[in-house]
Amino acid sequence: MPIEVRVPTVLRKHTAGEKTLSGSGSTVRELVEDLEGRNPGLRQSLVGDDGQLHRFVNVYVNDEDVRYLGGIETPLSDGDSVSILPAVAGG
Amino acid sequence: MTRARSEGRFDVDRTTYEALVAHARSDFPYEVCGLLAVRDGQVVRHYEVPNAARSMTFYTMEGKALLRAMREIDDEGWELGAIYHSHTHTEAFPSATDVELAFYPEAAYLIVSLQHDEPVVRAFSIAGGSVSERTLFIDGEEASAGTRWT
Repeated sequence: MPIEVRVPTVLRKHTAGEKTLSGSGSTVRELVEDLEGRNPGLRQSLVGDDGQLHRFVNVYVNDEDVRYLGGIETPLSDGDSVSILPAVAGG
Repeated sequence: MTRARSEGRFDVDRTTYEALVAHARSDFPYEVCGLLAVRDGQVVRHYEVPNAARSMTFYTMEGKALLRAMREIDDEGWELGAIYHSHTHTEAFPSATDVELAFYPEAAYLIVSLQHDEPVVRAFSIAGGSVSERTLFIDGEEASAGTRWT
């Protein structure tokens, strides 16, 4: 069973307008790599040059923020659902 | 008062407007933040989202509350009409940080300033690093708040 990924409006330019994607991987990092193959540009929106998730992108696994799990190395299982949201922040 | 190019409008009803101001005052001197969902140009839901930073100079919406709100907006077929936050010690104009971290170009950014006794609320679009002002209408009338402190 694949992992379902909900993509926010601002990132749908990388997904041909698709709101949900399905992918596979045993960690968030592997999932991002898998999705990047079919949705070029998505990785750059999520992962920085340091290989970590951007500070102002929220990634959730089954509604839990991965910051409080294992970040980009958070393990995934088949059937998990992943959501992506740009942070809402400012000064 | 800092000004930007004027383009477009944002409509809010009086009840929601007053709720925004009340929310801003509720955690003074800390910044508060939230979202407004719209349907057909009308606000249909007001979400007060906790400020995970609980700071006088910064806000970041608490992740799970943000997810719940965004998912409901999506599921209901609403639009993210506005993202709001308060400035407790500065004017109602986007700060450099607000511009840098504006990831929702389709939304209006509302800022509630409590710098003076009388609150000032202004609306902006922030996209690609540039700011334009949206005229704020309350119950269909142009709000005077944006021009009071000149």
